[in-house]
Parts: sequence; structure tokens; C-alpha cells
Amino acid sequence: MTDPGEARAEILGRIRAALGAERLDRARRSAVTRRLERHPRGTMPQRAKLSGDQRVGLFKDMLAKQGADVSRVATPKEAVGAIASYLGTCNLPPRLRMGADSVLAALPWREAWDIERSFGAAQAGDRASLSRATTAAAETGTLFLLSGRDNPTTLCFLPEAHTILIAASDIAGSYEEAWDRIRAIFGEGSLPRSVNLISGPSRTADIEQTIVRGAHGPRRLHVLIVGAA
Amino acid sequence: MAYSPRNFKKASVRALKDPALQRALLNVKRGFIAKRESAKANLPEFDTLREEARAIRDHTLTHLDLYLETFERKVADSGGRVHYALNATDARDIVLRLCQEANAKRVTKGKSMVSEEIGLNAHLQASGIEVVETDLGEYIVQMRREHPSHIIAPIIHLNKETIERDFRRAHTKLPPQRRLDQTPALVAEARQIMREKFLAAEAGITGANFLIAETGSSVIVTNEGNGDLTATLPRTHIVIASIEKLVPTLEDASVLLRVLARSATGQDITTYTTFSTGPRRSSDPDGPSAYHVVLLDNGRSEMLGNEFADMLRCIRCGACLNHCPVYGAVGGHAYGSVYPGPMGAVLTPQLQGIDRARDLPYASTFCGRCEAVCPVAIPLPDMMRTWRERDFARRNPALKERLALRLWAFAAKRPRLYRVLSRTAAGMLARQAGRRGRLKHVAFLKAWTATRDLPSPQGKTFHDLYTRQQRSKRQ
Repeated sequence: MTDPGEARAEILGRIRAALGAERLDRARRSAVTRRLERHPRGTMPQRAKLSGDQRVGLFKDMLAKQGADVSRVATPKEAVGAIASYLGTCNLPPRLRMGADSVLAALPWREAWDIERSFGAAQAGDRASLSRATTAAAETGTLFLLSGRDNPTTLCFLPEAHTILIAASDIAGSYEEAWDRIRAIFGEGSLPRSVNLISGPSRTADIEQTIVRGAHGPRRLHVLIVGAA
Repeated sequence: MAYSPRNFKKASVRALKDPALQRALLNVKRGFIAKRESAKANLPEFDTLREEARAIRDHTLTHLDLYLETFERKVADSGGRVHYALNATDARDIVLRLCQEANAKRVTKGKSMVSEEIGLNAHLQASGIEVVETDLGEYIVQMRREHPSHIIAPIIHLNKETIERDFRRAHTKLPPQRRLDQTPALVAEARQIMREKFLAAEAGITGANFLIAETGSSVIVTNEGNGDLTATLPRTHIVIASIEKLVPTLEDASVLLRVLARSATGQDITTYTTFSTGPRRSSDPDGPSAYHVVLLDNGRSEMLGNEFADMLRCIRCGACLNHCPVYGAVGGHAYGSVYPGPMGAVLTPQLQGIDRARDLPYASTFCGRCEAVCPVAIPLPDMMRTWRERDFARRNPALKERLALRLWAFAAKRPRLYRVLSRTAAGMLARQAGRRGRLKHVAFLKAWTATRDLPSPQGKTFHDLYTRQQRSKRQ
């Protein structure tokens, strides 16, 4: 086997030779540095420029088209009821696995509904989970979930029903705006371990191009939009 | 018949006579083409984005060494490690060593064409490691000891009745009287079987659709969620990707994502698009403790400097396969390479040598649809033509072939003669075909008419029609 250090030098050397480039070529280096620093945007679809309720409407439509169940409530107080009734619709017991997210923790859990909550990463037997999306892109109905103690990644994939809560004001128009909101939290050039863009329930079309929901991830995705845009 | 591009002609003939395969291939036309068309129609900016996608790929490739260095540094910053592999052997050995270091006996895998390219599974299994493909299509391919027949739809060559038989044969612990005649039942059974595998695996291997230099992230684009369970649950996550998968920034990835799913499955975006950056952080309750990226060259750095550099823009959407009349007729296995269709006809000769793969660049009618639908505008027909020229130059063509070409060149250089000849030939063929409008046998064209009829010329040549049209315009 080629020595790993040698392989690296060899590959980079071959690339430079193929490009006819010098390693220390200033113009090439500054082109790269500039692009990484400025991360210029490409063309964003016109529809990503919608605002307010129109944007939320597009977000809902895209998600519904992709097979998600979408609901919207005016206040956090109603959110718990919406989650409970969704579990009922799915014929699931009122039990949820969730992370330490402070927005989710602050929901009025005890007021009217009796949902049993457990916390941390998803376990094999968990049937339903709850996460909060930090931001979203309305252009394709895509939620951005960030890994960590607040919203463990396994919650998105192991249980059969996943509810994602998002504040209407956190919904951006385009992917680019969503990235900027994440940069505002983590800084330039840094991301949490996993950023999961989710746009519907798990599906497969491998067999004869027939779409079947619930391949390996959640069979059902519930997106709960809270508050005013 | 051995799975090799050398057998393309024989394998194609067999594929054309395989009724089950022909039935399955109808799903390519039924599914992908219309879905892509409607996804594109729903995004008025598509053509602009296609140009931008092409420019992003070109910029990255002309600065590839620098973006690789940046990527490597960012991966290290986030606690992961990058390993360079010159060729398939090195890549296999690196992945095996990483699995052994992680003490992994059971490995789950997300779909990865690069792992197919290097024959990774067999190598790991030879060292006593259990490898399970978790993508539904790839799982079935593995169960059948086959190769994927499409880069994004691995079992497009199969019908569900065949899969039912495979499941009954493989899943012997399940009750034999269970119903499996509907697709959802097959999917549910695979889900159930795979759960245990996900939870037991000590290492997970995925490919990457993109690698982001800005953040040191690897990106996978999936619908099933298997790639994510593979990347999240085991202690070690190993990413295997070829060096050209680099993309500078999150914004660049966003542009490419807008054209990728639309060109591939006709979705606006896939269900899951995941950006993985390093191993779990100190406060993370889940995720792998180790994160490795194995970067494979295997001929790419050479392509960067030759006539096939444009091929490195490819983002593996499969649109060229879906729209190719040759792929649609013979399917993927006939190509004898994990990269079939037009993109494979260009890539395989580079990876395996033109000597082994010389028939593939001829597997095209040059209709141009592959280039027209390519989201990064790769001139696939031009590159197939270049391979044909190279092939012609390196071998000693048969006397018959040389004579035929010389005759054609003689006529083509004499427009009047050419017109008379083509008019005569067209008229004769049209008369011979009569009202049926097609010919079952034509002198010198047995290779064509052995498997299909030749549509007869409509009587008038292009030149005649053109002259008449110009004349009527003037009147």
C-alpha cells in the first residue's frame, strides 16, 4: 500500500501538474480565499422571495406535496394539543422522546394534556419523537435541524412518527438565507456535527418506481408551525 | 457471462431478448423522464442555475488542490481525519484498516458508487467483516450477488415478483405464508430486517454527494433515511468519496442541490440532505465518536489534464442514463461497469482502460439528449466521439471498415455524387419497404436488422426537402 503521506503529496502534485499550476500561485490562492470568505450566492428562485404568510403558505404546500402532515397554531399553548392529537391520529400512545431544547421545554406541557416525555437520544423502542427546527427554507419546504443536546439527531430517524416544531418567524425563503441564520449562531465556516435538511417523511421508489413512505426513517412527519410570520 | 465492458455486445443482445428486463426498463421511461420535466417546469430559474452549477464545478476543478487542502484542514479542525488513496487498492486497504482499528465486525453501508467502483464489500468480507447494504435497492442487489444497474436506481432492472422470490429465499425466519405481493409489504419487511443491523453495527460507511471545503463537511442526499442511520448510530463513520466531489461553500452546494434532485428523481429536493462535520462534540448525546473521510483519486487527477476533464463536473444524477435510448434498450448490466449509460461510456474507458471498454463509446446514437439534460452541461457525445477517435487510432481497423469509410469519404467530398447516391438509396429503400414503412432485412446492415427493423426513408432526402422548403419560402 502506498504510504498515506506519499499518496497525499502524489495526488496534490498530479492535480497541479494536470492544471499546470504552481502551489504558491497568488492569483489562484486569493481566488479561493475570496470565495470561501464571501461565499457568493447563486440565483435564488423567485418564489423564495415571498414574505409573511405567503412564504408560510409556500412552505406548507411544498411539505404537503412531499407527504408531510402540516399544521399551524397561533400560540405555543395550542402546540401541545396539536402534538397530542397528532399522536392520536397516528394511533400512537401519548409518549414522546425529545431533547433539551428550551423552546420545547417551555411549552405548557402540564396544562391540559397528558403526554409522557422522556429525554435524550432516541432509543430502539421509541415510537414518536419531537424536535425543533432552527430554521427552514420555504422554497422546497425544507427544515434545518441542528445536532446537539437540544435536538439529538437520532430523533429524526429512529422513531416511526416525528414531529418537528418551527416558529413561523424562523422560516426563511431560500437555502442561502437559512445558512446565514446558522452562521449567525455557529460563526463563519463552522457547523454543528450534523445539519439535517428534512423535507418530508422517509420514502423509497427503488421497487418499480413506486413511491412507498416509511423506508427506514419515520413513516410520518408532522410539521407544526407556531405563531405569526 | 462475466460482468465486464468487454462483453458489451453479447450482453446487449441477451438484454434485448430478456422479456422481464424489457418490462422492468419501461419504468425508466414511465418514471424519471416525465418527473424531471415537470420539476424543471416548476422552476423557471432552472436553466440559469444549470449554467451556475457548471461554473461552480469548473471553478472547483481548476482550484481542486487548494480546495482539497482547505477541506482537509477543516475536517481536522472539527476532529475528523482525511486519508488520501491513489487507487482502488489503497482505498480498500485504508477502509479495512479503519474498520479494524474501530474493532468493527459488523458494518452498515449507505449507497456509494465509489465503493462499488473499488469493490469494497468483497474486500471487507474477505477479512471477516459483515457488510450490510442498507439502501433498499442496494440491499436487494447484495442479496442477489449482482451489481447495481443504475447509479441512482440500483434495481431498476427488477420486477417486484422477482424481489418477492428473493425475500422469501433470504428471510427464512419469517413465516412462509406471509403476503409479499405488494410493494409496501416488501418495504416493510426490509425495514424490519434492517433495524437490527443498524443498531448492531460498529462502523458505518457512506459515500458523499458533495464535500464542502468551507466547513469540512460531507453531504449525502437520500430519501430513505438509511444513510443517516448508517452515519449516526455506529461508533465510527467512514466517508468514501472521490476527490472531484469538492465544492467550495454552502452557497455553492445550494445551487447544485437545486439542480441535482430535479435532474435525478424529479423531486424538488430529496427527503434528507445531511451535512456531517466531524465526530460527536462533547455535549452531543448521539453521533459517531470517530469521523474519517477517504479521498480517492483512481484516475481523476489524470482526467483533470486530458480531454475528459469536463467529465469531472458530473454530480451523478443519472439523468443521462434515464434519457439514453441505448440505456433504455439494454439496461445497466450490459455495460459491465458500475457506471453505465452515457456518463459510464465516458468514465469507464478512463477507469478501466479503452482496451477493456472500447465498445462503450460506440453505445450511443449521438442523439444528444444526455448532454441536453445534464445539469452541469457535460458534452457527453463529444467525449464519446473522442474515445472513438482514440480507439480507431490505436487499433488496426479491419479492411472492410477502412474500405467502407474510404468509400463514404469519397462520396461525401463530392456533393453532387453524394446527393445522387443518397437519393437513389433512399428511393430504393422506401420502395423495398412498401407500405409497411420498415425493413426487416437490408444488405450490409445485418447487425442492425438482427434485433430490430430499420424504419424506411420517407422517399425524399434532407437536401431535397430543404431545397423545396427554401423555394416555397421565397414564393
